[in-house]
Amino acid sequence: MTRPRTLYEKIWDAHVVEQRPDATCLIFIDRHLVHEVTSPQAFAGLRASGRTVRRPDLTIAVPDHNVPTTARLDAAGNKLPIADPESAAQLAALEKNAPEFGIRYIDATAPEQGIVHVVGPEQGFSLPGTTIVCGDSHTACHGGIGALAFGIGTSEVEHVLATQTLLLQPSKTMEVRVEGEVGPGVSAKDIILHITGVIGAAGGTGHVIEYTGSAIRALSVEGRLTVSNMAIEGGARAGLIAPDETTFEYLKGRPYAPKGADWDAAVAYWKSLATDPGATYDKTVVIDAADIAPSVTWGTSPEDVVPITGIVPDPASFADPSKQAAAAKSLAYMGLEPGTRMQDVPVENIFIGSCTNSRIEDLRAAAAVIKGRHKADNVKWAIVVPGSGLVKAQAEAEGLDRIFTDAGLEWREPGCSACLAMNPDKVPAGERCASTSNRNFVGRQGPGARTHLVSPAMAAAAAVTGKLTDVRELMA
Amino acid sequence: MTPLDKVEGRAIPFGLKNVDTDVIIPAHWLKTTTREGMGRGAFESLRADPDNLFDSADFKGAPILIAGDNFGCGSSREHAAWALGDLGIRVVIAPSYSDIFSGNAVKNGILPVVLPQAAIDRLMEVATTDPVFVDLEHQTVTTQFQDRFSFEIDPFRKMCLLEGLDEISLTEKSDAAIGAYEKKLDADRPWMRPAA
Repeated sequence: MTRPRTLYEKIWDAHVVEQRPDATCLIFIDRHLVHEVTSPQAFAGLRASGRTVRRPDLTIAVPDHNVPTTARLDAAGNKLPIADPESAAQLAALEKNAPEFGIRYIDATAPEQGIVHVVGPEQGFSLPGTTIVCGDSHTACHGGIGALAFGIGTSEVEHVLATQTLLLQPSKTMEVRVEGEVGPGVSAKDIILHITGVIGAAGGTGHVIEYTGSAIRALSVEGRLTVSNMAIEGGARAGLIAPDETTFEYLKGRPYAPKGADWDAAVAYWKSLATDPGATYDKTVVIDAADIAPSVTWGTSPEDVVPITGIVPDPASFADPSKQAAAAKSLAYMGLEPGTRMQDVPVENIFIGSCTNSRIEDLRAAAAVIKGRHKADNVKWAIVVPGSGLVKAQAEAEGLDRIFTDAGLEWREPGCSACLAMNPDKVPAGERCASTSNRNFVGRQGPGARTHLVSPAMAAAAAVTGKLTDVRELMA
Repeated sequence: MTPLDKVEGRAIPFGLKNVDTDVIIPAHWLKTTTREGMGRGAFESLRADPDNLFDSADFKGAPILIAGDNFGCGSSREHAAWALGDLGIRVVIAPSYSDIFSGNAVKNGILPVVLPQAAIDRLMEVATTDPVFVDLEHQTVTTQFQDRFSFEIDPFRKMCLLEGLDEISLTEKSDAAIGAYEKKLDADRPWMRPAA
C-alpha cells in the first residue's frame, strides 16, 4: 500500500517530469495565464533568443491590470483610445505578442474579457488537479477549485512559455481547518481575513495551505476562490481546497472543461485527489467558524485584522518589537489613533471588485445590502467593477447594476482597477477606501491612499453609512 | 545573468519587517515593456523623505541590503528584483523572504541570505559605520570585528548564482523528458487538453 498523501502531494507527484540530484524537480505546467504587465519582457526574451512557445494550446492571454473601467467602445462600436500612453503601449504589446506566438488572446472588448483569475475558472480553463501559473501572485485563487496554482516572476513566465515547465522545490504543507458554521453577515472574505490575522503575513511562507473543515466545504466555488485567492496574503504561494460535487457542478459545461466521456473520466480522477485519511501536514491550524466576525483591516499589512466590533490596537500591545515598530508606522500612514472604534472610522471611497471579490455572488451580496438605500454624502467615489464581462452580463440580467446605480454607485467595465491602481481608478492621497480587494499595502490603491479590506457586504454597508460599519446592523 | 561569488561593501541597515513588493517598486512603475531603469522607482514612498537611507552619502549604491522578516511579500512582480539590481544591490540579508521574491532575486543574480534575527541585529549595528563581507562559495557573512555568520542555501540556487546560469538553457537539455511526459499525459488523461 502506498503512503497516504495530501492533495498537494498528489498533484505535485503527478507533475514531476524529472527530479534533479538535489530536491529540485522539473514540474509540468498544465495551464498558463498571461496578462499585459508581467509578460512583455518575457516575450522580448523569447524573441531575443529565437525561442517559440512550446504549448500555445495551454496558454491564454487577457489584458486586465491596465485596462480602464470606463467604456471601451464608442457608440459606433469602434475601440476608444487608451489615454495613458504607457498603459496603451503595454496593452498593444500583448495584443501583438499573443497572436505572434500563437497564443489565444481575449481582447479588452471581448464579452468574456476580465481579470485572469476570474476568467480561468469561469471558462473551465482552470481545472482541478492541474498546475496553473500566471505572472501574478493572486494565481493562488485557482486553488479554490483544487488546482495547484501560484504566481511567478517574469523570468519564470518566459521559462514556462519556452518549456511548459518550471524548476521547483516541493513546498511544505499546512492545513488550515475551519470547523463549524459561520454566523450571519460572515462571508468567505471574512474567513480569509480572519485566517490571515491568525497565521500572520508570513505564517504560510514555504508552505502550500490546504483549507479544510465544514465551513470551507459549505462555501460555493466563488467563496472558495475568495479564500484561496488570499493564501498569498498569509505568505503561502498557493492555497488548495479539495474538489467535490460543488466544484464539479460549477465546472460542468464550461467552454474549456472536458465534455461527454472525457467529463466522466475527469470527475473520476478529480475524486481521487482528496487528501488520504492518515496523511499528515507539516503544520495544522484549527479555527472555530463561530469565532469569525465580519472583519476589517486597520493597518498596512493584511495580517492587521480586527472584527468590525473591535478597536484600533495600541502598537505597544504587540509582543514582538519589530511588529510594534511596524504597527506604529502603519497607524501614522493610516491616520488612526489607538483605541478608536473601527465603526467610527469614516470612509470617502468604496471599491467593490478585484480577483478576490468580483464574482456574481460578491455582487449579489453587496446589492442585497445596498438595495433601496443610497450612499452617504461623505462617500465621494464608489465604484463596482465586475470581474469579467460574463459576470457583468449576469449581474445586469439580474438587475444588480440598477441597484448599484440607483444607490449612487458607479457600474464599470471589468478589470483589476483600484485594487492596484495601475489604470485610472485610484484612491486620492490621505483618503480612506473600504475595499473588497486583497492588499492594504502603503500606496497600493494610489500614492498615500488608505485601504481598509472588507467583504462585499461590508463595503456596501460602508457606502450606505459613510463609515466602516457592522453589516449585521443593516441586515433585515 | 552576472555570476556572484564574493560581495563586500556598505550594507543598508534597513531592517523593516513585511516589506512588500509594492513598497520596493510601486505599481505605476510597472507600466514598461523593458527591465531597465527600475531603480528610479525603487522604494519611492520611502525615498520621498530627503533624509532616507537609500540616497544618503553613506549608502547610495551600497551592494548589500539588510531587511526584516518576510522581505518581498505580496505581488509576484519581478520588477522588485530588477529595481534592487538597478540600485546596485547584489545581496539581501533577512530572517525570511516571500517564496516568490527569493526565486525572482536568484534569477536576477541577487543573493537572498537568510540569517536569524540575532545576527541581523548585530549586522544592523555594524552596518551603520562599517562594511559587511558576503562569501557565497563558503556561505558566510563576516565583518572586520570577528563576526562570522554561516547561512544555508539550496545547492541548485547556489550553482545558478555562482555560474550566472540561464535556467531556460538548462531545462532545454530535458527536452526529451518533457516530450515523454506530454505523450504519457495525452495517453493517460486526454481530457487535460483544453476542450475548446
